[in-house]
Amino acid sequence: MMIIITAALFATVLGALLALVIGATARAFAVETDTRVETITEMLPGVNCGGCGYAGCADFAKAVVEGRTIPSQCPVSTSVHITRIAEYLGITAGEKEKVFAVIHCGGSCTVTVRSPYNGVGDCRSAALVAGGAKGCDFGCIGFASCARACPFDAIEMRDGLAVVHPELCVGCGKCVDTCPKNLITLAPAAVDVHVYCSSPEKGPVKLKVCKAACIACRKCVKAADSETQMTVNGFLVATNYSNPPLPDLVEKAACPTKALRLATKHAAGAYEGVSK
Amino acid sequence: MSNNILAITVGAILVNNFVLSKILGICPFLGVSKKLETALGMSGAVIFVMTLSSLVMALIDKYVLSQTFMLAGTVIKLRFLEILIFIVVIAALVQVVEIILQKFSPPLYKALGIFLPLITTNCAVLGAAELNVKAGRGIIESTIFGTCSAIGFALALILFSSLRERLDLAKVPAPFQGTAIALITAGILAMVFMGFSGLV
Repeated sequence: MMIIITAALFATVLGALLALVIGATARAFAVETDTRVETITEMLPGVNCGGCGYAGCADFAKAVVEGRTIPSQCPVSTSVHITRIAEYLGITAGEKEKVFAVIHCGGSCTVTVRSPYNGVGDCRSAALVAGGAKGCDFGCIGFASCARACPFDAIEMRDGLAVVHPELCVGCGKCVDTCPKNLITLAPAAVDVHVYCSSPEKGPVKLKVCKAACIACRKCVKAADSETQMTVNGFLVATNYSNPPLPDLVEKAACPTKALRLATKHAAGAYEGVSK
Repeated sequence: MSNNILAITVGAILVNNFVLSKILGICPFLGVSKKLETALGMSGAVIFVMTLSSLVMALIDKYVLSQTFMLAGTVIKLRFLEILIFIVVIAALVQVVEIILQKFSPPLYKALGIFLPLITTNCAVLGAAELNVKAGRGIIESTIFGTCSAIGFALALILFSSLRERLDLAKVPAPFQGTAIALITAGILAMVFMGFSGLV
């Protein structure tokens, strides 16, 4: 009997003592935290995509509270949410140009295959083995590394070609670094006309391996309203994003290989079959 | 003395590895070994907590558990409450350390992160204290044993997490995928460590 009472007594005393010690330490070493950070973290999307340049939503909330950045730097939040955060803090939301990812390749992986590849199903692994199995050395190799990196499921794999859906893409840029061929760039969301080719090789060489290649015929350059709207770089034409052409350029230029495309139509599948 | 310490060091890290030969601390061994990065964080936290708890538990053993007390005319030895005292004091100790760390060393607090409260009642931490009492080690030896056991745990965890990162890319037959192949790997790793037996 004595032993039970002793045990119970000792356990109670020990528990109380430790509780006291923990309570006293918590009081003595309390760290003051800004409650606004937590509130703003809850107002943010919580996908931790890193598109704002900070390590996740909580870090971004902290930066906003400390005035190191502005609420609109979050590429995911809608303007309603951003205004709400700005109102909560009593600051101006600011403005940020919306961007989205463009994968500059329009030739599906079935076009020409140099050799079968049976390795790890990842673009970066495939690119290590002689640059991947695709006939074109500069095209999408179709193992969906970018699609897996996308927190918003905005990249669809279609016939072995990665296609960005502009309406889903928020422009966080997570996919950009995953592409071993550096095909992905962030373009202003307002621009719809893009050249879906990244190969710097000469026209005939490109055509041998891909029917959707840009052969630098300059039809689009001539058809554009001003000469600076499309820029020619060697054997490759690209949209000048600081002076973008209007969407009707695609029709006016009548690109013979259909490398010049509208991003929205490309995502909708309007150019399928061209690449085959 | 120095000979003894060498035996404790080699014994705790390799021969009697906490995870692979004593089968202690299996939960974090399987739970946080999917990525090398988290395994490193966990290892740091375990080394920190086990060193500290071994030291404090050795002090408690010497000045509380080994003493006799008089209560209402009866002689009482608290030895029978050993496990209860150890586990509660370790948990409280880690809590206190966590609070102090948060105040004085935010980077360290951030690095140890969630792992610190996670291992307060880990059996490897309690096991180190218990084994110290059983072996009758002194305070310094107990602390060294605690640190070395934790280093052994860290070694096993880091090795295993590196293996698992490689396993993710390997072609594993469907019935063995996931935890099954991880457990088989752990078993083979444990057998490898059996090779150290007889060293001390």
